[in-house]
Amino acid sequence: MTTSELTLSQGAGRTRRSRGRGGAGKQLHAGPVTYVVLTVFALVSLAPLVWTAIAASRTSHRLDETPPPLWFGGNLFRNLQSAWDQAGLGTAMFNSVIVAGTITVSTVLFSTLAGFAFAKLRFRFSGLLLLLTIGTMMIPPQLAVVPLYLWMSDLGWSNQLQTVILPSLVTAFGTFFMRQYLVQALPAELIEAARVDGASSVRIVWHVVFPAARPAMAVLGLLTFVFAWNDFLWPIIALNQQNPTVQVALNSLGTGYVPDQAVIMAGALLGTLPLLLAFVLFGKQIVGGIMQGAIKG
Amino acid sequence: MTRPKQALAHSASSAEAAPGTPPGAARGARGRGTPAGAVSWRSRLYRWDMKASPYAFVSPFFVLFAAFTLVPLLYTAWYSLHHVQLSALDHQTWAGLDNYRNLWSSDFFWNALRNTLTIGVISTVPQLLAALGLAHLLNYRLRGSTVWRVVMLTPYATSVAAATLVFTLLYSWDGGMVNWLLHFLGFGPVNWRESDWGSQFAVSSIVIWRWTGYNALIYLAAMQAIPTDLYESAAIDGANRWQQFRHVTVPQLRPTILFTVVVSTIGATQLFGEPLLFGGVSGSKGGSEHQYQTLGLYMYDQGWIIGNLGKASAIAWSMFLILLVIAAINLLLTRRLRKSR
Repeated sequence: MTTSELTLSQGAGRTRRSRGRGGAGKQLHAGPVTYVVLTVFALVSLAPLVWTAIAASRTSHRLDETPPPLWFGGNLFRNLQSAWDQAGLGTAMFNSVIVAGTITVSTVLFSTLAGFAFAKLRFRFSGLLLLLTIGTMMIPPQLAVVPLYLWMSDLGWSNQLQTVILPSLVTAFGTFFMRQYLVQALPAELIEAARVDGASSVRIVWHVVFPAARPAMAVLGLLTFVFAWNDFLWPIIALNQQNPTVQVALNSLGTGYVPDQAVIMAGALLGTLPLLLAFVLFGKQIVGGIMQGAIKG
Repeated sequence: MTRPKQALAHSASSAEAAPGTPPGAARGARGRGTPAGAVSWRSRLYRWDMKASPYAFVSPFFVLFAAFTLVPLLYTAWYSLHHVQLSALDHQTWAGLDNYRNLWSSDFFWNALRNTLTIGVISTVPQLLAALGLAHLLNYRLRGSTVWRVVMLTPYATSVAAATLVFTLLYSWDGGMVNWLLHFLGFGPVNWRESDWGSQFAVSSIVIWRWTGYNALIYLAAMQAIPTDLYESAAIDGANRWQQFRHVTVPQLRPTILFTVVVSTIGATQLFGEPLLFGGVSGSKGGSEHQYQTLGLYMYDQGWIIGNLGKASAIAWSMFLILLVIAAINLLLTRRLRKSR
């Protein structure tokens, strides 16, 4: 509840202030010291990832020696091959694309519909329902896993992908995010005009709401995909190495499924690569989305 | 704002149903030119549409949300009052408060709670301080500002599992990068796996690495919304950069700082993947002496390794109650801060 009040008041304050935008440093050019400190931060951010690639290109034997390797060796492709075949990263990547893809499409679609209703339509209990959505946004996943596990075993679904897809099809965050965006981005007159023209609600959603919401839908899609790809607790309970997602396969690697450290690093590299690629391509949008989410929710 | 206008023009042209209607609008034009008798039926349909559509739009979200978040929450409470064993799922018997009493008298539960709090503090405090400083730097006019921001966010792209596998290797006893660097600086090696504070620090460092950039972006967004004239008047009063940061930026960021504190606290309470994978083969124990077994890990261990799902449910609800207490304390602090302003 605290968070909801905070974010709401914060959002309100932000819109009031936003006219005088600019901020402190905006006029101040960064000095050399700033660049040096930022470079240190950047190195700390990137070094573990670069070193993952270095370790993945070595042999397990070499990783036990001191000093640790600081440059690439010649074993990268052999280790990637082992990770792909032995550790099941190949199946895992395929499964993760299906799981994260389905979750992303459904979250974006249903969040936009519900967010639009909360932002622009009047209906009974809308305030109460929105409060419920915000208030429960931070419920830990631990509070759902025992019943989910029991239900899924009752259905005989253990180790099938729908067990990890179904519980994640919507998020409270997504609905709140779309609501906050549409409150500002979608003028009420636009909907009124469409209604006067006799457009049905479904047509309004298709021709007015979706076009207006498109930028936020893209950002929510990216954030949801990252979240779904990296989701950990429920997948490792629901699935095992027979039919893993990427995180399940990495968990198996961590608990000694393949005891070769270089192969483990190759697996970590493979499992992270799709998201790193997404960050290279859409980094600007993801950064924008997180900053937008910070202001609005 | 160009897009909504396009959409407006779009729907307006479809209403006229001119021969040259754009293809996208052609579908809806079928109903045009109906006889007058159908108007009341149409207006009734219109009113029904107005009334029902909001519920239709929110219902997919709420049905799924209720089924997989709210209902399980209550069922977890129900199971926490039962004996439920992983080996005999169909055989559930009433336990009353046995599971909770069991926890209350268990050293492991209190140990896990203590570890969760310690790791929570040593991961959250440095993380948010570093994020604040980083945001301040990112707020300067920079060459390639987007690139800097994306680079700071890359750890966030790395999953808990991948990050922990790498850090585990970096922290290994022999051949580990961290101990090698320590040796380089003239310090003796640290047993990051076995020692009490060492392992807790190692687990915290993974959290700090993954989340500092993310929080910095949240602070940065708030900093950019601070009105410029506040800094101008502070500069006229003779405040230097540090004083401006201390007396303008930080007070203006107060709601955002509280927000990140709450979110990080909630995250810290659930900490699970990092200690699990850091522990390797017997990860769910949180180290040989349970020195980094968190509540999340303890729940997984009791539920799926030991096989006592009733007790695991009780742990989950205890976590929730602890979170509510923390949220209440936060609320009180916020109120107090608001009043004092």
